Amino acid sequence: MASLLTNLKTLSNAPGVSGDETAVRRIAIDLIKDHVDEWRVDTMGNVLAVKHARGKARLRVMLDAHLDEIGFMIFGANDDGSLKFRAVGGIDDRILPGKAVLVGPDRIPGVIGVKPIHLLDGEMNVAKIEDLAIDIGAANAGEANNLVTVGQTATFATEFRTWNGAASGKALDDRAGCAVLIEILRGPRLPVEILAAFTVQEEVGLRGAQVAAHTFDPDAAVALDATPANDLPPVIDQDLSPNTRLGHGPAIYVMTRHDLSDPRLVQHFMTTGDALKIPYQIRQPGGGGTNAGGIIPTRSGVPTISVSVPTRYLHSPASLIYVKDVRAVVALVRESVARLTPQVLHRS
Amino acid sequence: MKELIRKLVESFGPVGFEDEVRALIRAEIKDFADEIRVGKLGDLIAIKKGRSGGQKIMLVAHMDEIGLMVTHVDKRGFLRVAPLGGVFPLYSVGARVRFADGRLGVLETDRREDTSKAPTLDQLYIDVGATSQDDCPVKVGDVAIFHQGLENVGDRLIAKSLDDRIGCAILIETLRRLKQTPHEVYFVFSVQEETTSAGARTTAFSIDPDIAIAVDVTGTGDTPKAQPMAVEMGKGPAIKVRDAGMIADPRVKNWMVQRAEAAKIPYQLEIFRLGTTDVQAVQTVREGVPSGGVVVPARYVHSQVEMIDLADVENTVKLLVELLKKPIVMSNA
Repeated sequence: MASLLTNLKTLSNAPGVSGDETAVRRIAIDLIKDHVDEWRVDTMGNVLAVKHARGKARLRVMLDAHLDEIGFMIFGANDDGSLKFRAVGGIDDRILPGKAVLVGPDRIPGVIGVKPIHLLDGEMNVAKIEDLAIDIGAANAGEANNLVTVGQTATFATEFRTWNGAASGKALDDRAGCAVLIEILRGPRLPVEILAAFTVQEEVGLRGAQVAAHTFDPDAAVALDATPANDLPPVIDQDLSPNTRLGHGPAIYVMTRHDLSDPRLVQHFMTTGDALKIPYQIRQPGGGGTNAGGIIPTRSGVPTISVSVPTRYLHSPASLIYVKDVRAVVALVRESVARLTPQVLHRS
Repeated sequence: MKELIRKLVESFGPVGFEDEVRALIRAEIKDFADEIRVGKLGDLIAIKKGRSGGQKIMLVAHMDEIGLMVTHVDKRGFLRVAPLGGVFPLYSVGARVRFADGRLGVLETDRREDTSKAPTLDQLYIDVGATSQDDCPVKVGDVAIFHQGLENVGDRLIAKSLDDRIGCAILIETLRRLKQTPHEVYFVFSVQEETTSAGARTTAFSIDPDIAIAVDVTGTGDTPKAQPMAVEMGKGPAIKVRDAGMIADPRVKNWMVQRAEAAKIPYQLEIFRLGTTDVQAVQTVREGVPSGGVVVPARYVHSQVEMIDLADVENTVKLLVELLKKPIVMSNA
């Protein structure tokens, strides 16, 4: 019996750099196929699944989580057998040196090269990604080309771990959202029709979600994602709001850099959380973005809300979350969506 | 028309929170439209049906205005903010702001070491008179607008949110004056132009128009040391040629120029480098929509003291009525 945590572990450990989501897509399909009424893979690689309502559907609601993760693409081999690479999605150059990675479909182990401290002579500059290379232990370019080909992707090699209510691993952005969506699909039928989209290429421009929303043409949508928590140790003693905090429940978005969650949905989710005593927090408005930005302007418009798992160290080799936050996201989204009626979306 | 403009510019409608403006406009147009509906994201859509044989024309003016969203309430009850649309900190220091419930505050700046540079938005805070976080009546996520009434200076008006309530006023007045038209005309009052134009884009999808016309404001080049721009306040509506987000369909532009000349309505040509408008998003909806704009020259756009000339407003209405009352003959560019 697959539990939320085992699913999250399987999803986190699977490779799925933007545009190369096949492995993680298969996992998602396996976990949902016996719990939905229809599913298919669309032209872009999104998994689109439908779970009918209990009784007559009050509304058709799209739930989105993105399959893809940030990672790397191999550009070629250097003469010394190391691999040239570039980032796919937003990665901070400062975190790269010395990190273990897995390259290509065969998961060839490698390390992003770094000069050890023994050999440093006061140089402490941050290397740019262009000046780094992945070392897969090949002795020369020919040997490297036998193992890896140009255009293959690489991910961080971090193994998922969980302890004491915390969990850490790579790609929790957005495998945490995928795990939430899977949990909802594996649960009971709701009074609304659930249109589930496991989408591709979020990290490179919200591309899969635009197409998925066009196909589904839903009455409303929820973008499930992971959002940065900057309640970081050591705690910065400034009178400033953290973006979000771990352990304080689902992060409800009001506004990103460009997009607004529909204010009626924000109110509805807050009311549901209050009524059922499910904790939630308002993510600090401004900055960032989610698939909501791709979904809202689709066709005649889709009222959309973003709800995220607060996550530390996003887009790094090892993000860290609290399991209770993930469970609270499942509860808040499931219960809020179950209580959604046309009246909530009525406008005079 | 000035009283209508006053009501519109003094109402509350920051990006995403346009309900008050929509209710006001709906009341103003209900006796003049054949059908009124509300789009999924909140656009107000009023339809005037014409005789058969005309085209489906979408006019769009946006209801939303720039504003501020609270991101943090500090221990002493001061508020930090994020922008809703393009807020210029330089124009904003010292402004009075108003929240949805009518509560006022002032927008002020941290003490800055280097006062030779304009402040950044991060350096601004709102003081609502609270003494602590606990007694602060405002929460994170609440939204505010500039608090500024309409003022007259000669034939010119000063107000907040003339961008684009003046366009809303022009659409309302055009709908009232348009007695006969061969066309099916959609008067669209859109939401969220200042951030994504998601309102106009999605409403255009639902209408699937033959032609779209933005009625918005544009900048001018007529102030001291202004960035060069061949548009002046008081010289008539500006017909869109291009802006930072789009190139107007030349056939639409030429049609507008021909109608303005035939009716002896003063006009200018708009080439605007600093901004764009809703039809930029409409232009690429579905199979594409030939799009243009009739825009009102405005000074100090995105400030609390935006300025326009009433004669330009009147001439914009006249031009729109001229455009809509007859069959459209478009020549290729």
